Amino acid sequence: MKHSETDSQDGLEWTYDASQEVGMTRREKLREYYEEYLYKPGLVAWSDWRTRIGYAIVGLYLLFAVIAQFNLYRPPEASQEMPMLQAFQEGSAILGSNTIGQDILSLMIHATPEMLIMIVSGAVFAIVIAVLVGTFAGFKGGRVDSALMFAADVGMSIPGLPLVLVLTSTLRPTNPAIIGIIITINYWAGLSRAIRAQTLSIRENSYVEASRVMGVSTPRIMFKDIIPNLMPYITVNFVNACRAVIFFSVGLYYLGFLPYTNANWGVVLNNAYTQGAILGGSYVWLMAPIVMIMLLSLGLILIAQGMDRVFNPRVRTRLAGESESVEGDAEEGEVDTFGGAM
Amino acid sequence: MVNYYIKRTGQMVVTLYAVVTIAFGLVRFLPGGPATALRAQLMQDDVPSEVIAQRIELYLSVNPDAPLLDQYISYMSNIFLNGSLGKSVFIQRQTPVTEILAEALPWTLFIVISSIILFHIMAVVIGALMAYWEGSLFDTVNSAIAIVFTSIPFYVLAIVLVWILGYEMSLFPVGNRYGDAIDPGLSVTYILDVIYHGALPIASMVITQYGVRALSFRGNSIQILGEDFVRVARLRGLSDSRIALWYVGRNAILPLYTGFLLSLGWLLGGTVILEEIFNYPGIGLKFIEALEVRDYPVIMGVFIMITVALVVGIYIADLTYGKIDPRIETGDQSEAF
Repeated sequence: MKHSETDSQDGLEWTYDASQEVGMTRREKLREYYEEYLYKPGLVAWSDWRTRIGYAIVGLYLLFAVIAQFNLYRPPEASQEMPMLQAFQEGSAILGSNTIGQDILSLMIHATPEMLIMIVSGAVFAIVIAVLVGTFAGFKGGRVDSALMFAADVGMSIPGLPLVLVLTSTLRPTNPAIIGIIITINYWAGLSRAIRAQTLSIRENSYVEASRVMGVSTPRIMFKDIIPNLMPYITVNFVNACRAVIFFSVGLYYLGFLPYTNANWGVVLNNAYTQGAILGGSYVWLMAPIVMIMLLSLGLILIAQGMDRVFNPRVRTRLAGESESVEGDAEEGEVDTFGGAM
Repeated sequence: MVNYYIKRTGQMVVTLYAVVTIAFGLVRFLPGGPATALRAQLMQDDVPSEVIAQRIELYLSVNPDAPLLDQYISYMSNIFLNGSLGKSVFIQRQTPVTEILAEALPWTLFIVISSIILFHIMAVVIGALMAYWEGSLFDTVNSAIAIVFTSIPFYVLAIVLVWILGYEMSLFPVGNRYGDAIDPGLSVTYILDVIYHGALPIASMVITQYGVRALSFRGNSIQILGEDFVRVARLRGLSDSRIALWYVGRNAILPLYTGFLLSLGWLLGGTVILEEIFNYPGIGLKFIEALEVRDYPVIMGVFIMITVALVVGIYIADLTYGKIDPRIETGDQSEAF
């Protein structure tokens, strides 16, 4: 940064510098990338208690996934324990066991990897489609806009859960990634409308107009000028989409309309509810999946809530120690972290 | 202005048409879907092969052997002109689907609409108080409670409520629309009993849904409280209640109203799980029953009915939205690039 100041004063140095300025070394680039995309957001995120707890919770689930993936904890099997053990009754099964003697803790842990795959694939699918449709419709306007928004309106008027139920019960998907995508099959519709509305105001900015006048292609404008501006909104909605996938998938497993896997929180919930955990007094069996679902959902909400501070440039620079003058009021310009979907 | 209403009505009709077309696509093209499954079932029942196509047509309003365009036309005309959704194959043999659903729909609407009204009232009242006492203990505690409640899926809360209040404490019934001993009619005991039976399903929706709206209402109100026109209103010496209702409330409620549209569809879809847990005989429970035995006419019937309810609901809300926010009637056509 110092260069530019000396440059203007001293012609000689300018010519010398020019050859150096041409390419940043890869190391510098990496460093800048790290500062801009990892260090500063991380710093801001960490400064907020909500994101801190949120990350800790999501980290815990990642840990569960790793444990399950590398089989560091025994997988659930019938009669590995005495049936209907209470929590902490036996040291080997901390959370007790169910009617067929499966260790409940192991059921919980081994459901995590599939669940995470489902969540990520579903949320990525929903967000990518919504962002593409929303920005394209918003930027292009006119007929393209009307056509795409009509499609979004139709998508919005189809109730998600019944459609997903019809699809899953006939297609019987087993791959968690595909289940995730089916679950969010019309999630994009409502979101793309919201993104379009934001694009409409962004496209009036002078830099977008400049790009258009220069003949920059539409995809390039979308990806370079518009989408970066929407990133806060997109991130928050990504987290919301994740939550939607959790709600729906556990619900579907609970209802029993997804091909049966032994270890899913919804399946455990259903078994506990129907096989008399309530009447038999084994509350942990019923509560364990509930806590797993709630905690993950809570963690995601906290991240979403804390996230919008990450994208507030004033808070960022203040925490990174680059400007002291600005009294950051983080609440200002807060994004609607819930998006109204759930 | 009239133009807007005509345009919106046309849009609703086209949307309905498109949605039913999608339903037709699901019936006809889904691999292993309605038409195929029904054929297999009929063959299993030793129905002679010449009659199978007729039977399928009777149930699904689609003759799988006719040309595709004919199938499409007959399906659409059956729904739009005759108002027929086919006939039930298993749940109630040969009964028209419309009859089954007409009997169940009011109960589902009772649950859904009372939940929506209740949690919106709660959201506005609590959200407004939180905004008014921003930063106070009340605000913090209620925000935290709202976040925690929001993180509970409604069906999980439903299970917990059934477990604790239904089975453990036997305070609330765990099924049905009203007690066996009570005669349906416009008596006070009947109405009270209906509310008593609907209380838990409604509670599980309200408790898990109000939080999001309360927080967003709080956010909107706080933002609007800082606007210039509110300051000017204060300087003009208007009363606090007038500012709260007409200057802040009216603007803060706008985004909530749009959310209202979305929540209607979401709740209607959600009743599918809710009614299963509470064993509450509405269209959601019918849907699950039908799905378990693959009674496709009923499945598609519920599907279409929920969708139609949603499209009409959004339509009504959109028309009235123009009354609340006059800006909407000017339309939002954007210039093409």
